[in-house]
Amino acid sequence: MPAIHLKNVSFGYERQQALLEVPELLIEEGERVFLYGPSGSGKTTLLGLIAGILTAKTGEVEVLGKDLTHLSLSMRDRHRGSEMGYIFQSFNLIPYLSVRQNIGLPCELHAKRRKRITASSIDEEISRIASRLDIGEFLDRPVTRLSTGQQQRVAIARAVIGAPRLVIADEPTSSLDRNRQENFLRLLIELCDETRATLLFVSHDDSLMSRFDRQISVTEINTVVPC
Amino acid sequence: MLVLLRLAFSSLRSRAVTTSLTVFSIALSVLLLIGVDRIRQGVQEGFAGTLSQTDLVVGARGGSLPLLLYSVFHIGTASNEISYSSYEHFRDHPAVLWTIPFSMGDSFHGYRVVATDDNFYEHYRFRRDHSVEFAEGGRAEGIFDAVLGSEVAKQFGYHTGAKLVLSHGLEQVSLFKHADKPFTVVGVLKQTATPVDRTIYITLYGEEAMHVGWEGGTPPALGEAPPTTQIRKEDLHIDTISSFLVRTRSRITTLLLQREINTYKGEPLTAIIPAYTLEDLWNMLGYVDVALSLVSSAVLVVGLVAMLISLYTALNERKREIAILRAVGLHARQIFALFVLESVLITTIGAVVGLVAAYGLLWAFHGPAESHFGIPIAMVGLSTRVMIYLGLVVAGGTLMGCVPAIRSYRIALIEGLNAF
Ligand SMILES: Nc1ncnc2c1ncn2[C@@H]1O[C@H](COP(=O)(O)OP(=O)(O)O)[C@@H](O)[C@H]1O
Ligand SMILES: [Mg+2]
Repeated sequence: MPAIHLKNVSFGYERQQALLEVPELLIEEGERVFLYGPSGSGKTTLLGLIAGILTAKTGEVEVLGKDLTHLSLSMRDRHRGSEMGYIFQSFNLIPYLSVRQNIGLPCELHAKRRKRITASSIDEEISRIASRLDIGEFLDRPVTRLSTGQQQRVAIARAVIGAPRLVIADEPTSSLDRNRQENFLRLLIELCDETRATLLFVSHDDSLMSRFDRQISVTEINTVVPC
Repeated sequence: MLVLLRLAFSSLRSRAVTTSLTVFSIALSVLLLIGVDRIRQGVQEGFAGTLSQTDLVVGARGGSLPLLLYSVFHIGTASNEISYSSYEHFRDHPAVLWTIPFSMGDSFHGYRVVATDDNFYEHYRFRRDHSVEFAEGGRAEGIFDAVLGSEVAKQFGYHTGAKLVLSHGLEQVSLFKHADKPFTVVGVLKQTATPVDRTIYITLYGEEAMHVGWEGGTPPALGEAPPTTQIRKEDLHIDTISSFLVRTRSRITTLLLQREINTYKGEPLTAIIPAYTLEDLWNMLGYVDVALSLVSSAVLVVGLVAMLISLYTALNERKREIAILRAVGLHARQIFALFVLESVLITTIGAVVGLVAAYGLLWAFHGPAESHFGIPIAMVGLSTRVMIYLGLVVAGGTLMGCVPAIRSYRIALIEGLNAF
């Protein structure tokens, strides 16, 4: 079964102007995919369509066995929360929650995520993942006291807790220096391997490209010619 | 939903200063709104509870409010006395069930001395059907007998057998003392939570006897006054009293008797129906009530607008937060709910704090208000009006909260995952 299957999808923020037109995009379950393209080329927009936050104008967006175009908004939200982990470029954390609460959020919100944890309690699972990511000692700190690198690792923890089937990372390394990028990517891939999640990794920086099974250029799959 | 509540709570706690300021301003307005209302109702119930089963209060011709205030609440003084013969005339009137005469004018360390007779112990009623009861001793019967209200007794630590020297006039420090004629405490009343507690009751004869030799308005010269042991009831002649209470045989006769008293040929008298006079008083004070409520409502609006502004301006910094919450699967509607919830929490906490503060203050001040100003304030429970106020405050807060919430909803839908 494909993890992601887009067919004849078109989308534009403005009514008249299409930003994306994707005749076909197929990503198999368990694949490690690197999605790249210049800034402003529509990478985040494409992720929004896959995550079910944006609605395609036409075509079919099938993600993890569900056709998002036929789901209601709230069903798409539930689908996203229980089956996908999402990592932003920076500022991934809710400032008024502790590190522990930030990581546990998907499990608090979605029974599916809660049920998939292997440890005996959410707290234990958080501790386990946190020590894997070397952030175990920060768990009860306010997030504002963490460095960017530490924050991004907390974001990984939140994205992978409760074993979502798809992990999406939108330029998560662009605020990190080269050493930390390597480290971040290694941990992210390791943790996705553990849960056998499909990984969709976005970057405009193609130096990390070689670490992935497959590389997709947004400009190549998009038939809209930028003006 | 529980998660949302926890999120809203943590979010507010992280902005502790802004949150507590907003909570404070809302609590303040609730305190004002409810405090004013509770004091109003407390005073009304306090006044209404002081006198029951009395159909008419009669005194010398004059305003009805002063008559009620001095004869029942011991606030102010009688402008004129009425003759005892007029009192006897109406006491023996066929339409009258009972009467209680009052004669005032003396005091004891600021507490009023009221001269009355057995009818007071027999017929006086407050809070519907409570009558005065004795904590110790019994009624004042002898000329120099005195019965103390509970507060007076407590204040001076007096029990039966204690001697009192009463002062002429109402000043706390009176120049003229009836030192030559001390009274003996024969009874102490149980607490009534009415002005009775702050009163010393003597007999009408006692009042007369005290003033034997005082005909000129000043104390008799040394040696002129007859010794107390020589004064006998038979020799005393009661000339005047200040006012009296009347219980009639029926409602209809009350009105007829009132007319009769008001047009009495013997001397100019005023008879009032206490409930109506109180009603007039509240209507008069109603404007004050309305004015204070308007001021407190204005404070409330200011508080709510301050809350709206603080939540709205925080929105720009919270776009990221919205995107994160969307990413972990919150629906835009839940984002809306989260923001409304913050307003609801602020206003609810503010309302509860204000309510508690209002009752705290009421509780703290009802004693002093009673003893210093003679204003009886009953501790009243929640009324529907208070419930409506609280409901309106929370509803107003919720409504205000919808403004930032609607914007957060739009941010959640439009900006998607790209909010920076
Ligand atoms: N919420 C939005 N409303 C309108 N236009 C947007 C919005 N988000 C992005 N865009 C526009 O869509 C284009 C693609 O943006 P984006 O998908 O963020 O590109 P990328 O992630 O590749 O940098 C850009 O021109 C951007 O200005
Ligand atoms: Mg982008």
